[in-house]
Amino acid sequence: MSVDKRTLIAVIGDEDTATGLLLAGIGQITPETQEKNFFVYEENKTTKEDVLEKFQFFTQERDDIAILLINQYVAEKIRADIDSYSNAFPAILEIPSKDHPYDPEKDSVLKRVRRLFGE
Amino acid sequence: MSATREQVFPTRMILGVMKTKLKGANQGHSLLKRKSEALTKRFRDITKRIDEAKQKMGRVMQTAAFSLAEVSYATGENIGYQVQESVSKARFRVKARQENVSGVYLPQFESYIDSNINDFKLTGLGRGGQQVQHAKEIYSKAVETLVELASLQTAFIILDEVIKVTNRRVNAIEHVIIPRTENTIAYINSELDELDREEFYRLKKVQETKQKETARVDAEVRAKAQAAAELQASQSGKSLDKVIAENKITEAKEESNSNENLVANQEDDVIF
Repeated sequence: MSVDKRTLIAVIGDEDTATGLLLAGIGQITPETQEKNFFVYEENKTTKEDVLEKFQFFTQERDDIAILLINQYVAEKIRADIDSYSNAFPAILEIPSKDHPYDPEKDSVLKRVRRLFGE
Repeated sequence: MSATREQVFPTRMILGVMKTKLKGANQGHSLLKRKSEALTKRFRDITKRIDEAKQKMGRVMQTAAFSLAEVSYATGENIGYQVQESVSKARFRVKARQENVSGVYLPQFESYIDSNINDFKLTGLGRGGQQVQHAKEIYSKAVETLVELASLQTAFIILDEVIKVTNRRVNAIEHVIIPRTENTIAYINSELDELDREEFYRLKKVQETKQKETARVDAEVRAKAQAAAELQASQSGKSLDKVIAENKITEAKEESNSNENLVANQEDDVIF
């Protein structure tokens, strides 16, 4: 398994979330291809297709990402794709944003937990 | 029932093989069942921790967002653009370590910070440097929490998959392999019994025929002896001496004949 190669954390999120996480030092630009491991979502400017494309890019094409963080309200736009995503790597984690508090009911993993325990 | 057994030739050897197989299947079933139980226990533990960690994440991210708000207040401008542009190399990375739970490898992410890399030397240089530093620390802690949560979640997904596979195997052994092997053993046993009965009946028949044959030969011999006795009785008109003499002669002849035969036999033996 190519687990050892996966060392990066990727982000899809609004500007504040991305800035904060970048300040923590997760940002990386691949020297050869100038590809970023973060994607800033701008309300009313970024389309659903853009988000989906980035999501596919981070989860399928790049093999150095261990964890993909995505704002929950952005994840909501591509909910079907996230719900049907079942790979272990990279792990998808839905995080709250400043303007949108976290709602456990929508989280695809927590939904699975609830379903498994018959709630 | 014949549809749910294996296509085998009913012999004693296959019976032995099937019995071994049944034993193996039973053992495998109990082992897998135990594995599944151990994994489920672990799984419940993890789901509980995920729930807790998600609550914690909500709080941590709130604090982090607040510290970022402090930064923009202190610097008086939006630092987002500057931060995004000055990124080049990741300082915060994760390493996956594997943990073995009853034969299943669960990844465990560990975060580590390369303190030699600092992409944001210039951020907040004019104003609010302290707040930027503070936000950095808080966000680093937040990401650590997120990494922890991510490893739990990955373990959850992998365990979910493995438990499903294990349960499928347990059910397959319990409801398909064991009944089928039992049916096969029952079938072989019935066939072998049938063969035994056939064999017994055959032997009985052979014995019966042999007894009949023996009885027939006995009867013939007895009839011949009787006929000879009758013949002698009918010739009893001859004098007794003559009869005795004749008997002696025939005896002698027979003796010489048998001697000749003996010699011939010996010669034959020598030749061969």
